[in-house]
Amino acid sequence: MADASIIPAGITGMFDLLSPVAPGWGANLLRGLVRSLQIAFGAFGMGLIIGTFGSYAKLYGGPIARDLAAIYTTLVRAIPELVMIILLYYAGTDLINRILEGMGYQRVDISGLVAGIVVLGFVQGAYATEVLRGAIKAIPQGEIEAARAYGMSPVLMMRRITLPAMLPHALPGLANLWLISTKDTALLAVVGFSELTLETRQAAGTTKAYMTFYLAAGALYLFVTLFSSVILESVEKRARRGMPSVKEAR
Amino acid sequence: MSNVLGETEIEVPIETFPIHKEKDASSLASKLPPHRIVLILIGLALVASAALFMRWDWLPQYGGLILQGLWRTIWILVVTVVLGFLLAVPLGLAQASGPAFLAIPARAFCTVIRGTPLLVQLWLLYYGLGSLFPQYPWIRGSELWPYLRQAWPYAVLALTLSYAGYEGEVMRGAFAGVPKGQLESARAFGMPRFTIFRRIWLPQAIHRALPTLAGEAVLQLKSTPLVATITVVDLYSVASRVRQDTFLTYEPLLLLAAGYLVITGIIVMLFRRVERLIPSKLG
Repeated sequence: MADASIIPAGITGMFDLLSPVAPGWGANLLRGLVRSLQIAFGAFGMGLIIGTFGSYAKLYGGPIARDLAAIYTTLVRAIPELVMIILLYYAGTDLINRILEGMGYQRVDISGLVAGIVVLGFVQGAYATEVLRGAIKAIPQGEIEAARAYGMSPVLMMRRITLPAMLPHALPGLANLWLISTKDTALLAVVGFSELTLETRQAAGTTKAYMTFYLAAGALYLFVTLFSSVILESVEKRARRGMPSVKEAR
Repeated sequence: MSNVLGETEIEVPIETFPIHKEKDASSLASKLPPHRIVLILIGLALVASAALFMRWDWLPQYGGLILQGLWRTIWILVVTVVLGFLLAVPLGLAQASGPAFLAIPARAFCTVIRGTPLLVQLWLLYYGLGSLFPQYPWIRGSELWPYLRQAWPYAVLALTLSYAGYEGEVMRGAFAGVPKGQLESARAFGMPRFTIFRRIWLPQAIHRALPTLAGEAVLQLKSTPLVATITVVDLYSVASRVRQDTFLTYEPLLLLAAGYLVITGIIVMLFRRVERLIPSKLG
């Protein structure tokens, strides 16, 4: 007897619940998806910036910079993302506000979006450091030596030689990182940021149609993953043009 | 995804006679240059100041609970890694050399698991399946019902499937990477197919996958705190409870992070030891 109220009556009921207009919850899910993608993009970009500095510190830095980079990557990669997120999200905002108060400023409300991007970007940075370090080491080192022999400044050398030459080696790892970044946004649901997973949870909790909404959210995440892997594959093919195929070399 | 903590380490060949003994002393000195000693001292000072100036008086009160949570975390980790690996072997085998009607579902399973967040999978199983089950009287009447009402079977199921999905992909590569000649010579010896699999194919595939397996085990440890979101009391959820009870922000989280660091170190060490058991030659 409970069936009719708990399970939405067949497929039509499912589509009613997922429709983007008012009684359906589709619009909420899509809004959550957009927020998730914003955070994923931001975190990935921030991770790339941190990763570039981190890999340069690990490869060319002085002894102290090298050790600090090693501590950063080891710690971040050993502590669960969820713990890092809680630690940085609550403790980080609390710390910033305490510092601001100590300096005599007002407390600020840090928006969930910014906090999410910074937290996930910090985590992504550690992985990106390793990916980019490996990619730079995969460049034939003669190219870098030649650039140095030409008297290029480090910035010019990075722009003209290192970054373009390492790109094909870095892309598989970076593609992986992007996929991790889209999936890690789900963890922000635990700290109450309303991205796709939390929107799903709220929709499911209100309508009691748990299966429908979680399957829909899974489908959305899967679509993002598959869509980006198609794009990343073609980007990698373009970056590798003219290089001998890895498969044939094996 | 692969090498978490995988700092490249040069394999030291085993010496039958300790010829290079005097090198050990200098390697210690080269590992501890002055700047590193200063960094270690700063680290120790940070730890000491955390121990002295932060509040740790809650520790004895929650000691038992923390140990219980630690045990639960390790238990879930070990069970899901073992079960997930057992599931990953057929998944990898089906993709590497199975017929299409096995390979396609296996590939689809791995893609779906790897393409969706673990948190969504976990909540789908716990809230989704958990809300469907009570509607069927035969499930409520079955002997499994007392277990299905608890949270941990869903946690174990979700983490096992997730590990199997990621590891199935790794095992596919490992199975495909075993040289063809090995299998052909086994067949030439007249071994039955299952014996070939048991004696030749599986051991060599596991050997190939071992470094990745270590990384995946660390990743699995890092996913265990998610089970706290479905009310399983693991190490992470003990820390959140301490935070709620005592209104302390930093202390439980720092202790938690330290705990995970130690477990990660132990996992990496264990796998390194297993890897050393297998004789290998760098070609």
